Amino acid sequence: MITQVWQWLTSASSWEGSAGIGHRLLQHLEYSAITVLIASALAIPLGLWIGHTGRGRWMVTAANSLRAVPSLGLLFAVALWLGPKLHGNSAYVVPSIVVLVVLAIPPLLAGAYAGVAGVDPAARDAAHGMGMTEGQVLLQVEVPCALPLMLSGVRSATLQVIATATIASAVSLGGLGRFLIDGLALGEYNVMAGGAIVVALLALGVDTVLAALQAAVVSPGLSGGTSRFRGRRTRTDRGQPTASENEPGVVGVVAKG
Amino acid sequence: MSFVSANWGDIVHRALLHAWLAGLPLFLGLLISLPVGWLAQRSRVLRPFLVVGSGLLYTIPSLALFILMPLIIGTKILDPLNVIIAMTIYTIALLVRSVSDALAAVPADVRQAATAMGYTPARRFLAVDLPLAVPVLAAGLRVAAVSNVSIVSVASLVGISQLGFYLTDGYERTYGTEIGVGIVACVVLALIFDLTIVLLARVLTPWQRVNAA
Repeated sequence: MITQVWQWLTSASSWEGSAGIGHRLLQHLEYSAITVLIASALAIPLGLWIGHTGRGRWMVTAANSLRAVPSLGLLFAVALWLGPKLHGNSAYVVPSIVVLVVLAIPPLLAGAYAGVAGVDPAARDAAHGMGMTEGQVLLQVEVPCALPLMLSGVRSATLQVIATATIASAVSLGGLGRFLIDGLALGEYNVMAGGAIVVALLALGVDTVLAALQAAVVSPGLSGGTSRFRGRRTRTDRGQPTASENEPGVVGVVAKG
Repeated sequence: MSFVSANWGDIVHRALLHAWLAGLPLFLGLLISLPVGWLAQRSRVLRPFLVVGSGLLYTIPSLALFILMPLIIGTKILDPLNVIIAMTIYTIALLVRSVSDALAAVPADVRQAATAMGYTPARRFLAVDLPLAVPVLAAGLRVAAVSNVSIVSVASLVGISQLGFYLTDGYERTYGTEIGVGIVACVVLALIFDLTIVLLARVLTPWQRVNAA
Protein backbone atom coordinates (compact mmCIF):
# COMPACT_ATOMS: atom_id res chain seq x y z
CA MET A 1 0.00 0.00 0.00
CA ILE A 2 2.62 2.52 1.10
CA THR A 3 4.85 1.68 -1.87
CA GLN A 4 2.00 2.35 -4.30
CA VAL A 5 1.34 5.72 -2.68
CA TRP A 6 5.04 6.52 -2.83
CA GLN A 7 5.19 5.48 -6.49
CA TRP A 8 2.30 7.78 -7.36
CA LEU A 9 3.84 10.67 -5.43
CA THR A 10 7.27 10.30 -7.04
CA SER A 11 6.36 9.47 -10.63
CA ALA A 12 6.87 12.37 -13.03
CA SER A 13 3.54 11.74 -14.75
CA SER A 14 1.52 12.54 -11.62
CA TRP A 15 3.19 15.97 -11.40
CA GLU A 16 2.80 17.10 -15.01
CA GLY A 17 -0.02 18.72 -16.91
CA SER A 18 -3.15 20.60 -15.91
CA ALA A 19 -4.36 17.67 -13.75
CA GLY A 20 -0.91 17.10 -12.19
CA ILE A 21 0.12 17.73 -8.60
CA GLY A 22 2.11 20.85 -9.54
CA HIS A 23 -0.80 22.64 -11.16
CA ARG A 24 -3.30 21.50 -8.51
CA LEU A 25 -0.99 22.73 -5.75
CA LEU A 26 -0.76 26.18 -7.35
CA GLN A 27 -4.53 26.24 -7.82
CA HIS A 28 -5.05 25.37 -4.17
CA LEU A 29 -2.68 28.10 -3.05
CA GLU A 30 -4.31 30.59 -5.40
CA TYR A 31 -7.86 29.94 -4.13
CA SER A 32 -6.68 30.03 -0.52
CA ALA A 33 -4.75 33.28 -0.96
CA ILE A 34 -7.65 35.05 -2.73
CA THR A 35 -10.05 33.92 -0.01
CA VAL A 36 -7.89 34.97 2.92
CA LEU A 37 -7.23 38.37 1.29
CA ILE A 38 -10.94 39.06 0.71
CA ALA A 39 -11.92 37.85 4.18
CA SER A 40 -9.12 39.86 5.84
CA ALA A 41 -10.17 43.02 4.00
CA LEU A 42 -13.68 42.56 5.37
CA ALA A 43 -13.08 41.18 8.86
CA ILE A 44 -9.89 42.83 10.16
CA PRO A 45 -11.01 46.50 9.84
CA LEU A 46 -14.36 45.54 11.35
CA GLY A 47 -12.68 43.69 14.23
CA LEU A 48 -10.34 46.62 14.89
CA TRP A 49 -13.30 49.00 14.92
CA ILE A 50 -15.27 46.81 17.34
CA GLY A 51 -12.24 46.46 19.61
CA HIS A 52 -11.41 50.19 19.50
CA THR A 53 -14.92 51.54 20.06
CA GLY A 54 -16.30 48.65 22.11
CA ARG A 55 -19.43 48.86 19.97
CA GLY A 56 -21.00 45.96 18.06
CA ARG A 57 -19.50 43.13 20.13
CA TRP A 58 -22.55 41.05 19.24
CA MET A 59 -21.07 40.73 15.74
CA VAL A 60 -18.10 38.78 17.12
CA THR A 61 -20.44 36.53 19.09
CA ALA A 62 -22.68 36.05 16.06
CA ALA A 63 -19.73 35.21 13.81
CA ASN A 64 -18.47 32.75 16.41
CA SER A 65 -21.79 30.94 16.67
CA LEU A 66 -21.55 30.44 12.91
CA ARG A 67 -18.90 27.84 13.65
CA ALA A 68 -21.53 25.32 14.69
CA VAL A 69 -22.73 25.24 11.07
CA PRO A 70 -21.00 22.31 9.32
CA SER A 71 -18.76 23.68 6.55
CA LEU A 72 -19.71 20.79 4.26
CA GLY A 73 -23.40 21.72 4.57
CA LEU A 74 -22.72 25.40 3.89
CA LEU A 75 -20.68 24.45 0.84
CA PHE A 76 -23.38 22.20 -0.63
CA ALA A 77 -26.21 24.62 0.17
CA VAL A 78 -24.47 27.62 -1.43
CA ALA A 79 -23.30 25.58 -4.44
CA LEU A 80 -26.84 24.35 -5.03
CA TRP A 81 -28.31 27.83 -4.64
CA LEU A 82 -25.70 29.96 -6.48
CA GLY A 83 -24.38 27.41 -8.99
CA PRO A 84 -27.32 27.42 -11.43
CA LYS A 85 -27.35 31.25 -11.45
CA LEU A 86 -23.81 31.46 -12.78
CA HIS A 87 -22.30 30.37 -16.07
CA GLY A 88 -19.16 28.56 -17.17
CA ASN A 89 -16.22 28.19 -14.83
CA SER A 90 -17.53 30.70 -12.28
CA ALA A 91 -20.44 28.37 -11.49
CA TYR A 92 -17.90 26.14 -9.70
CA VAL A 93 -15.47 28.73 -8.39
CA VAL A 94 -17.69 31.54 -7.07
CA PRO A 95 -19.89 29.51 -4.66
CA SER A 96 -16.81 27.85 -3.16
CA ILE A 97 -14.96 31.15 -2.72
CA VAL A 98 -18.06 32.71 -1.10
CA VAL A 99 -18.27 29.87 1.44
CA LEU A 100 -14.52 29.92 2.08
CA VAL A 101 -14.67 33.69 2.76
CA VAL A 102 -17.63 33.22 5.13
CA LEU A 103 -15.75 30.50 7.04
CA ALA A 104 -12.56 32.58 7.26
CA ILE A 105 -14.32 35.60 8.78
CA PRO A 106 -14.99 34.34 12.39
CA PRO A 107 -11.35 33.64 13.35
CA LEU A 108 -10.13 36.86 11.66
CA LEU A 109 -12.80 38.96 13.36
CA ALA A 110 -12.22 37.33 16.75
CA GLY A 111 -8.45 37.77 16.45
CA ALA A 112 -8.58 41.46 15.51
CA TYR A 113 -11.25 42.25 18.11
CA ALA A 114 -9.63 40.33 20.97
CA GLY A 115 -6.23 41.80 20.10
CA VAL A 116 -7.40 45.41 20.36
CA ALA A 117 -9.79 44.81 23.27
CA GLY A 118 -6.97 43.18 25.23
CA VAL A 119 -4.56 46.13 24.92
CA ASP A 120 -3.37 47.39 28.30
CA PRO A 121 -5.61 50.42 29.13
CA ALA A 122 -2.57 52.18 30.59
CA ALA A 123 -0.84 52.08 27.20
CA ARG A 124 -3.94 53.50 25.58
CA ASP A 125 -4.23 56.28 28.17
CA ALA A 126 -0.57 57.12 27.78
CA ALA A 127 -1.04 57.42 24.01
CA HIS A 128 -4.02 59.75 24.50
CA GLY A 129 -2.05 61.72 27.07
CA MET A 130 0.76 62.22 24.56
CA GLY A 131 -1.76 63.95 22.33
CA MET A 132 -2.33 61.18 19.79
CA THR A 133 -5.54 61.29 17.78
CA GLU A 134 -7.94 58.32 17.86
CA GLY A 135 -6.56 57.16 14.51
CA GLN A 136 -2.98 57.37 15.77
CA VAL A 137 -3.86 55.48 18.94
CA LEU A 138 -5.42 52.74 16.85
CA LEU A 139 -2.68 52.46 14.25
CA GLN A 140 0.43 53.20 16.32
CA VAL A 141 -0.47 51.63 19.66
CA GLU A 142 -3.42 49.26 19.47
CA VAL A 143 -2.62 47.52 16.18
CA PRO A 144 1.01 46.74 17.08
CA CYS A 145 -0.10 45.43 20.49
CA ALA A 146 -2.89 43.43 18.86
CA LEU A 147 -0.63 41.85 16.23
CA PRO A 148 -0.02 38.50 17.98
CA LEU A 149 -3.72 37.72 18.30
CA MET A 150 -4.56 39.24 14.90
CA LEU A 151 -1.99 37.01 13.25
CA SER A 152 -3.22 33.97 15.19
CA GLY A 153 -6.57 34.74 13.62
CA VAL A 154 -4.97 34.89 10.18
CA ARG A 155 -3.26 31.54 10.80
CA SER A 156 -6.45 29.79 11.89
CA ALA A 157 -8.40 31.32 9.02
CA THR A 158 -5.76 30.20 6.51
CA LEU A 159 -5.78 26.64 7.83
CA GLN A 160 -9.56 26.59 7.81
CA VAL A 161 -9.52 27.76 4.19
CA ILE A 162 -6.91 25.24 3.06
CA ALA A 163 -8.89 22.42 4.71
CA THR A 164 -12.26 23.53 3.38
CA ALA A 165 -10.89 24.17 -0.12
CA THR A 166 -10.00 20.46 -0.11
CA ILE A 167 -13.61 19.56 0.70
CA ALA A 168 -14.82 22.05 -1.93
CA SER A 169 -13.63 19.63 -4.61
CA ALA A 170 -16.86 17.78 -3.86
CA VAL A 171 -18.62 20.75 -5.48
CA SER A 172 -16.22 20.64 -8.44
CA LEU A 173 -13.60 23.15 -7.29
CA GLY A 174 -10.08 22.47 -8.59
CA GLY A 175 -7.06 22.25 -6.32
CA LEU A 176 -5.57 19.34 -4.42
CA GLY A 177 -8.95 18.10 -3.19
CA ARG A 178 -9.52 16.74 -6.72
CA PHE A 179 -7.10 13.87 -6.00
CA LEU A 180 -8.98 12.96 -2.82
CA ILE A 181 -12.47 13.18 -4.33
CA ASP A 182 -11.66 11.70 -7.76
CA GLY A 183 -9.47 8.98 -6.27
CA LEU A 184 -12.37 8.05 -4.01
CA ALA A 185 -14.83 7.94 -6.93
CA LEU A 186 -12.48 5.74 -8.95
CA GLY A 187 -11.44 3.57 -6.00
CA GLU A 188 -7.77 4.50 -6.44
CA TYR A 189 -6.48 4.57 -2.90
CA ASN A 190 -2.92 5.48 -3.89
CA VAL A 191 -4.13 8.71 -5.56
CA MET A 192 -6.36 9.60 -2.58
CA ALA A 193 -3.67 8.95 0.00
CA GLY A 194 -0.99 10.66 -2.11
CA GLY A 195 -3.22 13.72 -2.48
CA ALA A 196 -3.98 13.66 1.24
CA ILE A 197 -0.26 13.65 2.05
CA VAL A 198 0.34 16.64 -0.24
CA VAL A 199 -2.58 18.55 1.35
CA ALA A 200 -1.33 17.78 4.87
CA LEU A 201 2.21 18.90 3.94
CA LEU A 202 0.83 22.07 2.34
CA ALA A 203 -1.12 22.91 5.51
CA LEU A 204 1.90 22.24 7.73
CA GLY A 205 4.19 24.22 5.41
CA VAL A 206 1.91 27.26 5.19
CA ASP A 207 1.37 27.25 8.95
CA THR A 208 5.12 27.11 9.56
CA VAL A 209 5.70 30.04 7.19
CA LEU A 210 2.96 32.08 8.89
CA ALA A 211 4.33 31.22 12.33
CA ALA A 212 7.76 32.45 11.25
CA LEU A 213 6.17 35.61 9.83
CA GLN A 214 4.31 36.12 13.09
CA ALA A 215 7.53 35.82 15.07
CA ALA A 216 9.28 38.23 12.69
CA VAL A 217 6.75 41.08 12.62
CA VAL A 218 5.58 41.07 16.24
CA SER A 219 7.31 43.74 18.29
CA PRO A 220 10.04 42.24 20.53
CA GLY A 221 8.48 44.10 23.46
CA LEU A 222 5.40 41.90 23.11
CA SER A 223 6.84 38.57 22.12
CA GLY A 224 9.24 38.32 25.05
CA GLY A 225 12.18 38.50 22.66
CA THR A 226 14.00 41.13 24.73
CA SER A 227 17.01 39.81 26.55
CA ARG A 228 15.47 40.38 29.97
CA PHE A 229 12.63 37.97 29.31
CA ARG A 230 14.35 35.48 27.08
CA GLY A 231 14.52 32.06 28.65
CA ARG A 232 11.70 32.81 31.03
CA ARG A 233 8.93 32.65 28.50
CA THR A 234 8.82 31.31 25.00
CA ARG A 235 6.83 33.01 22.28
CA THR A 236 4.15 30.34 22.38
CA ASP A 237 3.56 31.08 26.05
CA ARG A 238 1.97 34.39 25.18
CA GLY A 239 -0.58 35.17 22.53
CA GLN A 240 -3.63 32.93 22.64
CA PRO A 241 -4.12 31.91 26.27
CA THR A 242 -4.83 35.45 27.46
CA ALA A 243 -7.90 35.66 25.26
CA SER A 244 -9.22 32.22 26.09
CA GLU A 245 -8.81 32.85 29.80
CA ASN A 246 -10.51 36.22 29.80
CA GLU A 247 -13.55 35.30 27.79
CA PRO A 248 -13.85 31.56 27.43
CA GLY A 249 -16.28 30.51 24.77
CA VAL A 250 -16.68 33.98 23.29
CA VAL A 251 -13.22 34.53 21.91
CA GLY A 252 -11.37 31.52 20.68
CA VAL A 253 -9.31 31.92 17.59
CA VAL A 254 -9.47 28.26 16.59
CA ALA A 255 -11.33 27.16 13.51
CA LYS A 256 -11.42 23.96 11.57
CA GLY A 257 -12.88 22.50 8.43
CA MET B 1 -41.27 19.31 7.22
CA SER B 2 -42.66 16.30 5.40
CA PHE B 3 -39.06 15.19 4.80
CA VAL B 4 -38.45 15.25 8.55
CA SER B 5 -41.61 13.31 9.43
CA ALA B 6 -41.06 10.76 6.66
CA ASN B 7 -37.45 10.13 7.73
CA TRP B 8 -37.68 10.72 11.48
CA GLY B 9 -36.44 7.27 12.48
CA ASP B 10 -33.54 7.51 10.06
CA ILE B 11 -32.62 11.01 11.26
CA VAL B 12 -32.56 9.91 14.91
CA HIS B 13 -30.46 6.87 14.03
CA ARG B 14 -27.89 9.00 12.15
CA ALA B 15 -27.92 11.64 14.90
CA LEU B 16 -27.02 8.95 17.44
CA LEU B 17 -24.20 7.69 15.19
CA HIS B 18 -23.02 11.29 14.79
CA ALA B 19 -23.13 11.87 18.56
CA TRP B 20 -21.10 8.68 19.07
CA LEU B 21 -18.48 9.62 16.43
CA ALA B 22 -18.10 13.14 17.89
CA GLY B 23 -18.64 12.34 21.59
CA LEU B 24 -16.47 9.28 22.19
CA PRO B 25 -13.36 11.06 20.80
CA LEU B 26 -14.16 14.01 23.07
CA PHE B 27 -14.02 11.70 26.08
CA LEU B 28 -10.94 9.79 24.88
CA GLY B 29 -9.21 13.04 23.92
CA LEU B 30 -9.83 14.54 27.36
CA LEU B 31 -8.53 11.37 29.02
CA ILE B 32 -5.28 11.55 27.01
CA SER B 33 -4.91 15.35 27.21
CA LEU B 34 -5.01 15.37 31.02
CA PRO B 35 -1.65 13.65 31.59
CA VAL B 36 -0.09 15.30 28.51
CA GLY B 37 -1.30 18.77 29.55
CA TRP B 38 -0.17 18.14 33.11
CA LEU B 39 3.29 17.22 31.84
CA ALA B 40 3.34 20.33 29.64
CA GLN B 41 2.45 22.51 32.61
CA ARG B 42 5.02 20.86 34.87
CA SER B 43 8.00 20.84 32.55
CA ARG B 44 9.32 24.03 30.97
CA VAL B 45 11.48 21.98 28.63
CA LEU B 46 8.67 19.74 27.37
CA ARG B 47 5.96 22.40 27.20
CA PRO B 48 6.81 23.98 23.81
CA PHE B 49 7.18 20.52 22.24
CA LEU B 50 3.91 19.19 23.62
CA VAL B 51 1.82 22.31 23.00
CA VAL B 52 3.25 23.17 19.57
CA GLY B 53 3.43 19.51 18.54
CA SER B 54 -0.18 18.77 19.43
CA GLY B 55 -1.21 22.06 17.79
CA LEU B 56 0.46 20.95 14.55
CA LEU B 57 -1.83 17.89 14.44
CA TYR B 58 -4.76 20.26 14.19
CA THR B 59 -3.41 21.76 10.96
CA ILE B 60 -3.96 18.52 9.02
CA PRO B 61 -7.17 18.93 6.97
CA SER B 62 -9.92 16.56 8.15
CA LEU B 63 -10.65 14.87 4.82
CA ALA B 64 -6.93 14.17 4.37
CA LEU B 65 -6.67 12.67 7.86
CA PHE B 66 -9.72 10.43 7.35
CA ILE B 67 -8.17 9.14 4.12
CA LEU B 68 -4.72 8.66 5.66
CA MET B 69 -5.95 6.70 8.71
CA PRO B 70 -6.05 3.33 6.87
CA LEU B 71 -2.43 3.89 5.84
CA ILE B 72 -1.41 4.58 9.45
CA ILE B 73 -3.45 2.00 11.41
CA GLY B 74 -4.23 -0.55 8.69
CA THR B 75 -8.03 -0.30 8.76
CA LYS B 76 -10.38 -0.30 5.78
CA ILE B 77 -11.42 3.09 4.39
CA LEU B 78 -15.07 2.53 5.45
CA ASP B 79 -14.18 1.67 9.05
CA PRO B 80 -15.75 4.17 11.53
CA LEU B 81 -12.65 3.60 13.68
CA ASN B 82 -10.79 5.91 11.27
CA VAL B 83 -13.13 8.75 12.23
CA ILE B 84 -12.98 7.95 15.96
CA ILE B 85 -9.18 8.03 15.98
CA ALA B 86 -8.91 11.09 13.71
CA MET B 87 -11.37 13.01 15.90
CA THR B 88 -9.52 11.93 19.04
CA ILE B 89 -6.34 13.38 17.52
CA TYR B 90 -8.10 16.71 16.85
CA THR B 91 -9.54 16.76 20.38
CA ILE B 92 -6.08 16.20 21.87
CA ALA B 93 -4.69 18.92 19.59
CA LEU B 94 -7.16 21.43 21.05
CA LEU B 95 -7.19 20.25 24.66
CA VAL B 96 -3.49 19.88 25.55
CA ARG B 97 -3.15 23.66 25.60
CA SER B 98 -6.45 24.05 27.53
CA VAL B 99 -5.42 21.53 30.18
CA SER B 100 -2.03 23.12 30.59
CA ASP B 101 -3.53 26.64 30.83
CA ALA B 102 -6.25 25.40 33.19
CA LEU B 103 -3.76 23.81 35.57
CA ALA B 104 -1.51 26.86 35.40
CA ALA B 105 -4.48 29.02 36.48
CA VAL B 106 -4.83 27.17 39.81
CA PRO B 107 -3.69 29.69 42.48
CA ALA B 108 -0.35 28.79 44.07
CA ASP B 109 -1.57 29.53 47.62
CA VAL B 110 -4.41 27.03 47.23
CA ARG B 111 -1.88 24.40 46.18
CA GLN B 112 0.36 25.21 49.11
CA ALA B 113 -2.58 25.08 51.51
CA ALA B 114 -3.50 21.62 50.22
CA THR B 115 0.07 20.42 50.62
CA ALA B 116 0.20 21.87 54.13
CA MET B 117 -3.01 20.01 55.00
CA GLY B 118 -1.21 16.77 54.17
CA TYR B 119 -2.54 16.01 50.69
CA THR B 120 -0.32 13.65 48.74
CA PRO B 121 0.59 14.98 45.24
CA ALA B 122 -1.77 12.53 43.51
CA ARG B 123 -4.68 13.28 45.83
CA ARG B 124 -4.03 17.01 45.55
CA PHE B 125 -4.15 16.78 41.77
CA LEU B 126 -7.48 14.93 41.79
CA ALA B 127 -9.16 16.74 44.69
CA VAL B 128 -7.79 20.29 44.33
CA ASP B 129 -6.10 21.07 41.00
CA LEU B 130 -8.54 19.26 38.74
CA PRO B 131 -11.79 20.67 40.19
CA LEU B 132 -10.35 24.21 40.13
CA ALA B 133 -9.32 23.71 36.50
CA VAL B 134 -12.86 22.79 35.44
CA PRO B 135 -13.98 26.25 34.17
CA VAL B 136 -11.03 26.72 31.78
CA LEU B 137 -11.15 23.03 30.83
CA ALA B 138 -14.86 23.28 30.05
CA ALA B 139 -14.21 26.29 27.79
CA GLY B 140 -11.68 24.25 25.81
CA LEU B 141 -14.00 21.26 25.72
CA ARG B 142 -16.85 23.38 24.33
CA VAL B 143 -14.68 24.56 21.43
CA ALA B 144 -13.60 20.97 20.76
CA ALA B 145 -17.18 19.66 20.96
CA VAL B 146 -18.60 22.14 18.44
CA SER B 147 -15.62 21.61 16.15
CA ASN B 148 -15.97 17.80 16.39
CA VAL B 149 -19.65 17.81 15.48
CA SER B 150 -18.91 19.93 12.42
CA ILE B 151 -15.90 17.89 11.26
CA VAL B 152 -17.60 14.50 11.66
CA SER B 153 -20.07 15.48 8.91
CA VAL B 154 -17.14 15.61 6.46
CA ALA B 155 -16.74 11.85 6.93
CA SER B 156 -19.86 11.34 4.79
CA LEU B 157 -17.59 12.09 1.79
CA VAL B 158 -15.73 8.85 2.53
CA GLY B 159 -19.02 7.01 3.07
CA ILE B 160 -19.26 6.88 6.86
CA SER B 161 -22.86 7.05 8.03
CA GLN B 162 -23.96 10.01 10.23
CA LEU B 163 -25.86 13.27 9.76
CA GLY B 164 -23.46 14.40 7.02
CA PHE B 165 -25.21 11.87 4.76
CA TYR B 166 -28.10 14.35 4.30
CA LEU B 167 -25.62 16.97 3.08
CA THR B 168 -23.98 14.79 0.40
CA ASP B 169 -27.21 13.01 -0.55
CA GLY B 170 -29.14 16.30 -0.77
CA TYR B 171 -26.44 17.75 -3.03
CA GLU B 172 -26.38 14.71 -5.33
CA ARG B 173 -30.19 14.79 -5.61
CA THR B 174 -30.20 18.65 -5.87
CA TYR B 175 -32.65 18.61 -2.98
CA GLY B 176 -32.06 21.73 -0.86
CA THR B 177 -34.52 20.74 1.86
CA GLU B 178 -32.47 17.66 2.70
CA ILE B 179 -29.29 19.74 3.01
CA GLY B 180 -31.19 22.16 5.27
CA VAL B 181 -32.34 19.29 7.49
CA GLY B 182 -28.75 18.03 7.71
CA ILE B 183 -27.39 21.47 8.66
CA VAL B 184 -30.09 22.09 11.29
CA ALA B 185 -29.60 18.60 12.76
CA CYS B 186 -25.82 19.19 13.04
CA VAL B 187 -26.33 22.61 14.69
CA VAL B 188 -28.87 21.17 17.15
CA LEU B 189 -26.49 18.34 18.03
CA ALA B 190 -23.65 20.85 18.54
CA LEU B 191 -25.91 22.89 20.85
CA ILE B 192 -26.82 19.78 22.86
CA PHE B 193 -23.12 18.98 23.31
CA ASP B 194 -22.41 22.58 24.30
CA LEU B 195 -25.25 22.72 26.84
CA THR B 196 -24.27 19.37 28.33
CA ILE B 197 -20.72 20.60 28.94
CA VAL B 198 -21.95 23.90 30.43
CA LEU B 199 -24.32 22.03 32.77
CA LEU B 200 -21.66 19.48 33.76
CA ALA B 201 -19.21 22.29 34.53
CA ARG B 202 -21.86 24.00 36.67
CA VAL B 203 -22.56 20.83 38.62
CA LEU B 204 -18.82 20.23 39.12
CA THR B 205 -18.14 23.77 40.39
CA PRO B 206 -20.79 24.50 43.07
CA TRP B 207 -18.57 27.18 44.70
CA GLN B 208 -18.87 29.38 41.60
CA ARG B 209 -22.62 29.67 42.11
CA VAL B 210 -22.11 30.63 45.77
CA ASN B 211 -19.79 33.44 44.66
CA ALA B 212 -22.27 34.70 42.10
CA ALA B 213 -25.16 34.79 44.57
